[in-house]
Amino acid sequence: MAVNDMTKLTLGPIAYHWSADDRRDFYARIADECPVDEVYLGEVICSKRAPFHEADLPATIDRLERAGKRVILSTLAEVMLKRERKATEDLAAMDAPEIEINNAAGLFARGQRPHRIGPFMNAYNEATIRWMAAKGATHVCLPSEMPASAIAIAAQAARDLGLGVEVQVFGRASLAVSARCYHARAHGRTKDNCQFVCETDPDGMPLRTRDDRPILRVNGIQTMSESYLDLLPETPQLVADGISHLRLMPQAVDMVAVAQTFRNALEQREPLAKADTRLAALCGDAGLSNGFYHGEAGYRRISMKATA
Amino acid sequence: MSLAELICPAGTPAALRTAVDAGADAVYCGFQDATNARNFPGLNFTPDELAASVAYAHERGTKVLLALNTYPPAGKVDLWREAADTGARLGVDAFIVADMGVADYIARTHPQVRLHLSVQAAASSPEAIRYYCENFSVKRVVLPRILTVPEIRQIRKEIPCEIETFIFGNHGLMVEGRCSLTNYLTGQSTNMDGVCSPASDVDYLREPDGSMCSQLAGFTIDRFGPEEKAGYPTICKGRYTAPHRPDGYYAFEEPVSLNLSRLLPELIDAGVHAFKIEGRQRSKSYVRGVVCAFREAVDDIRAGRQPNMANLIALTEGQKQTQGAFETKKWR
Repeated sequence: MAVNDMTKLTLGPIAYHWSADDRRDFYARIADECPVDEVYLGEVICSKRAPFHEADLPATIDRLERAGKRVILSTLAEVMLKRERKATEDLAAMDAPEIEINNAAGLFARGQRPHRIGPFMNAYNEATIRWMAAKGATHVCLPSEMPASAIAIAAQAARDLGLGVEVQVFGRASLAVSARCYHARAHGRTKDNCQFVCETDPDGMPLRTRDDRPILRVNGIQTMSESYLDLLPETPQLVADGISHLRLMPQAVDMVAVAQTFRNALEQREPLAKADTRLAALCGDAGLSNGFYHGEAGYRRISMKATA
Repeated sequence: MSLAELICPAGTPAALRTAVDAGADAVYCGFQDATNARNFPGLNFTPDELAASVAYAHERGTKVLLALNTYPPAGKVDLWREAADTGARLGVDAFIVADMGVADYIARTHPQVRLHLSVQAAASSPEAIRYYCENFSVKRVVLPRILTVPEIRQIRKEIPCEIETFIFGNHGLMVEGRCSLTNYLTGQSTNMDGVCSPASDVDYLREPDGSMCSQLAGFTIDRFGPEEKAGYPTICKGRYTAPHRPDGYYAFEEPVSLNLSRLLPELIDAGVHAFKIEGRQRSKSYVRGVVCAFREAVDDIRAGRQPNMANLIALTEGQKQTQGAFETKKWR
């Protein structure tokens, strides 16, 4: 295969409640050093967090765009309260930058105007993708629990319609959202008086089974996988199947190095096994998994040999 | 005042007849495959069984709603379409759907059959609900179990379709249709396969000290002391530890049942058209008891009489129960 300069690397929206300072530093470094093509910004999980960092958005967008990145704003995954409805409506009214919609309320507000479909929209199949394309979708991010066989068929449908098609290849998978805040609950509080305790866990709050096995991560109203998804060994297959965009989700690790590792893999600058070993080292204690892709339990890691 | 229809679970043809006889205004059921969100062994209907059941229900004035409320993975869409075609041919009164592709197919192919939006579509705002109403002519939305009564009242004013809410049974914690917890541990997906914490992956292990471990796919979901009754290992109802909770706690929710009987008059007043009783996996006697009690209560309220709450509350006697999100925002 020729060196791949067609497949785009993207950086998903920060799922956690990182402080405004940390976000500024993070995106400055992304702008300056990170080999991703596109960056999704915005609060997707909890509307209470948005006021902490939305004032910085224009400067962050500007900074990233000047560095040659395409910026997309992501909408909330859960829309229930007045402020959430308003935030979704406001984003949907924007002409630029592009928006990624994560809730049907956003689709309603956006109408036929162009938009991206986010991973919370449940675009599982070709019929749904066709429907979404007819309603103005230009791009679709597939749910991270989809197996390879379905991804290939969905990708083909999206490509035939001229849509970009994206798969998350790195970082914790979103497994569930709730109206209840589990971070607040763990600290004996409720969502309304949470005091933003989620800020103390920049990589989520670990849950372990009662026999002390890591199992899940809590991020406010969101429940995530304990392991980071890692589809680096699968990138050649994803590219061959027509995936145009590979999404890296921000974790509290060196994301520039993570992106560089994926970039190297795409450009075939080093053997996949070696790159994957380096990725594992970058992730420290976090386990890596690719079970969903292989139609197995999501937490599992199917070895390179088995996938060859 | 709304008609306050009672929507009752039918996991099997026998349960369907029981629910019809007990006074259900409508029953909901599914086929024996991934097209519905209760794809459990031993449950659900063959096309022949559904045909006989529709006849039984219709002869007694009860409607039959067919759940096609999972998300077909790419390449398997035909299974959902064929299920819809079969349901339409057999004369079901409505389809309960979540996937936009499935909704679009039914709206185009079977426009004479009502579409209800499943709780699995997670439409929790007037705008989201209107999206489905305007695009697929959805006639009723089943609201997620995450809204308070005042919020439901407000939504009712802003949407052009009927509202159905859960009133009794399992208390779903996660936003339905957005939960991959089961797939993460077992490799079977709630959205794509209709499976949630499947029995085939469950183990109960007795430990040397007499305590009991309930496991799902080898993960300990909870551990019970020798005197405690071991519960089913549903992932979102397990006990785990966290840095601030070293002793193990219900990280998501305690294993409680939803019982909104006390809120029934208020919900009717808020404009809820239909009340859903959860439990397609439950026994005939359970279905009979719950449906009879709610039938009586709804009839009392509609006739302006005070309903006998004691009967409804007794349904969950000995169990923990909750009004969940419906009563107060503090639940969140």
